[in-house]
Amino acid sequence: MAEARAPAYDSSSWFGRTLNWIDDRFPMTVLWKTQVAEYYAPKTMNFWYFFGSLALLALVIQIVTGIFLTMHYKPDASIAFASVEYIMREVPWGWLIRYMHSTGASAFFIVVYLHMFRALLYGSYRKPRELTWIFGCLIFLALMAEAFFGYLLPWGQMSYWGAQVIVNLFGAIPFIGEDLAIWIRGDYVISDATLNRFFAMHVIAIPLVLVGLILAHLIALHETGSNNPQGIEIKKHKDANGVPLDGIPFHPYYTVKDIFGAMVFLLVFAIIMFFAPEMGGYFLEYNNFIPADPLKTPPHIAPVWYFTPYYSILRATTDSIMPVMAVAVAALAVMTILRVRSARWKGAVALGALVVIAGFFALDAKVWGVVLMGASVLVFFAMPWLDQAPVKSIRYRGPLYKTALTLFVVAFVVLGYLGVLAPTPGRTLVAQVGMFVYFAFFLLMPWYSRWDSHKPVPERVSK
Amino acid sequence: MNATRRNLIIGTCVAGGAAAAVAAWPFLESWSPSERAKAAGAPVEADVSRLGPGQLMIVEWRGKPVWIIRRTKAMLDDMAKVRDQLLDPESRRPNQPPYAANETRSINPELLVVVGICTHLGCSPTDKFAAGDPTMPAGWQGGFLCPCHGSLFDLAGRVYKNMPAPDNLIVPPHRFASGTTVVIGEDTKGA
Repeated sequence: MAEARAPAYDSSSWFGRTLNWIDDRFPMTVLWKTQVAEYYAPKTMNFWYFFGSLALLALVIQIVTGIFLTMHYKPDASIAFASVEYIMREVPWGWLIRYMHSTGASAFFIVVYLHMFRALLYGSYRKPRELTWIFGCLIFLALMAEAFFGYLLPWGQMSYWGAQVIVNLFGAIPFIGEDLAIWIRGDYVISDATLNRFFAMHVIAIPLVLVGLILAHLIALHETGSNNPQGIEIKKHKDANGVPLDGIPFHPYYTVKDIFGAMVFLLVFAIIMFFAPEMGGYFLEYNNFIPADPLKTPPHIAPVWYFTPYYSILRATTDSIMPVMAVAVAALAVMTILRVRSARWKGAVALGALVVIAGFFALDAKVWGVVLMGASVLVFFAMPWLDQAPVKSIRYRGPLYKTALTLFVVAFVVLGYLGVLAPTPGRTLVAQVGMFVYFAFFLLMPWYSRWDSHKPVPERVSK
Repeated sequence: MNATRRNLIIGTCVAGGAAAAVAAWPFLESWSPSERAKAAGAPVEADVSRLGPGQLMIVEWRGKPVWIIRRTKAMLDDMAKVRDQLLDPESRRPNQPPYAANETRSINPELLVVVGICTHLGCSPTDKFAAGDPTMPAGWQGGFLCPCHGSLFDLAGRVYKNMPAPDNLIVPPHRFASGTTVVIGEDTKGA
């Protein structure tokens, strides 16, 4: 039993006595207070702050619907497709549960992308929230893995060939690639063995990791406190009780706000789920209504929309772009060498750049496509250190960052759009430009974030 | 900290780490193809000694029909005539192992080994080996016609321009174990 502590509740009622009994054995009241009722969040959190709680809601939707789908789905290559159709046609309300799950997947990514965009707007990844950001990036990676594994399960044509293309990417890695791809598939082609292991990853392994990472993300967030649209640290100004002057308790103020957000979200969610669950082929691709056939390649293989920006980067890395990339890497290396002071670092950067440039010409462009696709996701991890601006929020940043962020968003959307389409020489060229803009946003940030003009940040938050 | 105690802690961590790595091995290895999967995907040997000039034989490898065609000198000469009508005559696109990335798409120009599945929608093309076949377009020099959507391929499985099929037929990894035995599914080493 915990050490004697003044009971928090009135001992004269049975209810109060029950709560006290629990508190003596489990820190229920303490947790509620520190994490919710007395977690002080800045009073100016706006529209963009809906998406964290909505991501949590999307996770709950996916887990609950997912549990019920596993009760009817069969992870066996010979009957998987039929079992999904069985869910859709014969399981009572099965169609609703599956559409909730398929719409939920896209909704999850929409919400998460907006949540990440909020961090870019207000500098939420900056000191002291670097670990919150890194846990968030890991969540994003886990979410992509979760979506990828889940997409094979319906065993439709796009499931099959999408997995084929992505697993073959690992085959592009020099020396070990072919064996690695066989190890992932458990066979020489995507087969029953692959379906079974992807099912296990999708329903238990990745969700467990995801939940753990989300807990770490929240624990880190509640340690530093939430950021706000002005990027001001509210903990600098506290009252006599140690409560931030510009903070308000998360409950009831933000619980009520988030419930309102959840209602709007669920309204939109329901409209899509009931009236456009396929979303014109973007949420559920038409080719996936045809059972997987290893002998028939669909004429055009495209991943689901949330992967397409990265898929575009993969395809944009062609032989013809390698010299341009070599020049870009060389320029970046020269800029970095001029920037860092230590001679050792100068040498390391020069050596690294030379190795990469040599690699551009020594290895297949396909390998670099895979590397760049990976880098386009992993580069997010470095943001807290790439950003050298003295201010966090876009409200006090100058035209350089605003332009860079706008270009980045445009590039992201254009890459995403091109990733859905079949490649043509013209589109590949546009994707290549988009890819350069995408990476320039991150890799040039140490320079433009410093050169930018910045406005003074007020001491206290305001509208 | 007491040095003995510190060394013991380090030793325990190393031993524990080694034990964890060993314990992880069966789990990682469980992802490798089973013996059953290996048997189903094993390389296939084909005896081509009885394959006559201008004939085609079909071998099944990993569930796919693999064609082996013994091309005659005349066929090889006719192939050159249609070169400029082909999408990728030099086999630049990665639809074959490097040792077959040539004009005849083969190790030995006489023997073509190719997966008999159209790169469009996976139908199986029909052989139309006779040059000047009246059912084929004028100037036909022999090749394959996909009955589903009409894609045309030459005698090296190279697709003609402006066809529904976007790519040449796939050449699987293969090697010659002897002059008359082709092993499909194994690469030619040192090529």
